[in-house]
Amino acid sequence: MGWFTRKKEGISTSTADKKETPEGLWYKCPKCKAVITTEEHKSNLHVCAVCNHHERISASDYFELLFDSTKGTEFARGITAADPLEFKDTKNYVDRIKSVQEKTGLKDAIRVAHGKMDGDVIVIAAMDFRFIGGSMGSVVGEKIARAIDKAIELEAPLIIISKSGGARMMEAGLSLMQMAKTSAKLNQLSEAKLPYISLLTDPTTGGVTASFAMLGDVNIAEPNALIAFAGPRVVKETIGRDLPEGFQYSEFVLEHGFLDLIVDRKDLKSKMSQLLRMLKLEKAQKEEE
Amino acid sequence: MANYLPFEEPISLIEEEILKAKEIGANSGVSTSKMVKDLEKKLKTTTEDIFKNLTPWQRVQLSRHPDRPYTLDYINAITGGDFVELHGDRNVKDDKAMVGGFGTVDGQSIMFVGQQKGINTKMRQYRNFGMPNPEGYRKAMRLFRLAEKFNKPIVTFIDTPGAFPGLEAEERGQGEAIARNIYEMMNLKVPVICIIIGEGASGGALGIGVGDKVVMLENSWYSVISPENCSTILWRSWDYKEQAAEALKLTSTDMKALKIVDEVIKEPIGGAHRFKEEAFENVKKSILKNLTKLQKMDPDKRCEKRINKFCEMGVYKGK
Ligand SMILES: [Zn+2]
Repeated sequence: MGWFTRKKEGISTSTADKKETPEGLWYKCPKCKAVITTEEHKSNLHVCAVCNHHERISASDYFELLFDSTKGTEFARGITAADPLEFKDTKNYVDRIKSVQEKTGLKDAIRVAHGKMDGDVIVIAAMDFRFIGGSMGSVVGEKIARAIDKAIELEAPLIIISKSGGARMMEAGLSLMQMAKTSAKLNQLSEAKLPYISLLTDPTTGGVTASFAMLGDVNIAEPNALIAFAGPRVVKETIGRDLPEGFQYSEFVLEHGFLDLIVDRKDLKSKMSQLLRMLKLEKAQKEEE
Repeated sequence: MANYLPFEEPISLIEEEILKAKEIGANSGVSTSKMVKDLEKKLKTTTEDIFKNLTPWQRVQLSRHPDRPYTLDYINAITGGDFVELHGDRNVKDDKAMVGGFGTVDGQSIMFVGQQKGINTKMRQYRNFGMPNPEGYRKAMRLFRLAEKFNKPIVTFIDTPGAFPGLEAEERGQGEAIARNIYEMMNLKVPVICIIIGEGASGGALGIGVGDKVVMLENSWYSVISPENCSTILWRSWDYKEQAAEALKLTSTDMKALKIVDEVIKEPIGGAHRFKEEAFENVKKSILKNLTKLQKMDPDKRCEKRINKFCEMGVYKGK
């Protein structure tokens, strides 16, 4: 299992793996350099207790965080990448997929599940950055499509947790079309009058920002997440000077009007439940009339 | 003066010879008409040979040919000049990289919108090299809504190296602007035809690229990234742009085979830049043909079909 190697790099791990973490292992915050035990760090939901730095976590971590008791029921698990373009750069795309699958234990850069959040049925699609930078190809597009179908079927709200470097280059035009596909599916969700919460986490960039991530009925971000269309390196090259402090991070994006709110990881579940309760309340009243 | 790409050099040489032969004929009184005729025949076969076997990278180069017609050239030609350009997003400014307005074709009004490139150094800067800011996408959406209100079909011309990756563009929500357009275009109640006339780079292209019919000119390209940037990222060097162009399957033929575009408009042999009138005529014919079909459909059915078309895109295994 590749999660072991990842663990050494300080990137989050599944619950099963975390139990095997040897005692006495320390976590050093990359931002403020504060050192705490991994055990404590885990109980803090991988958020630095000193500076509130939100470490990247996995799709399954989000399922654990948001679903009641169980991790929800994952579906569309068998969908994996094909290689219709027979893409080859320094490596064959099929080989790249295979090795990342082996290393991460993931099928692709997103997982979709339904379950209950504070007692109400919910569908969650969560991206995973460890899989080729959380890049969006046909699988990500199709799984979001299935998540939307499931939300419509269950008459449940949808949460998509974005964490992506953008469209996946190795599927070229097909990846680009996933921006259109997911947006087309969101039209169907909207038609069904079901709420969609977009949760933007570090990092959300490129084609994901320019499609479903920015299209939430409510756009929520974790603190200090990079949220951009063009990444900071590209923007810096374009303008030929240094970028202002905080440029393209959650607080900046909220100030410019593209986020509804920023929510700490520990409050995500209660805040989203609160919002959904308000949306639902109105609907329930209508039904009574 | 015409511009020539490296692989067009043989054409350039023969054209020069023809000019010389004609000059000699005119100056000396010696008849060179047979010589000119032979050279013209040679020109034709040479052009055919070059254009018969274009590599993907050569097509990318053609899509950026400095003499290639741009959006306003198509609009002016197709409307015979009966076009009123409309400006501004009613919010921030008028984006010169995105143009639009009403024009008439064969007695019907059409809303035309497209990215615009400049024809010389000064104009290229004025048009921001065809790279719109968020205002450009919002201007496009304003014009789409205007067309919808008055039940006029929409034709977009796509020709961009990408949405502008600048500081203000990010501040004003480039990602949101493109996302909003993609989302809203799905549900426009009037026919929408999108035509890639040159470069179709990534989200910046797709931001005006959701249509009932998406059409590509033969020598245009459409993909998630330019071959140069793809080469830089995957090969970590600018030098693999030719391989990248191959790998990305970005030509009109490939995109049609992948069902990402619905139709390819043939270009005259020698390219749209060499025989502009013919290119304009081909594009006009395609627009009219598609409009006739699309206008017969019920608006809600048309939207549903458009949405379903995009819902089906992608290739994967398993379930
Ligand atoms: Zn810290």
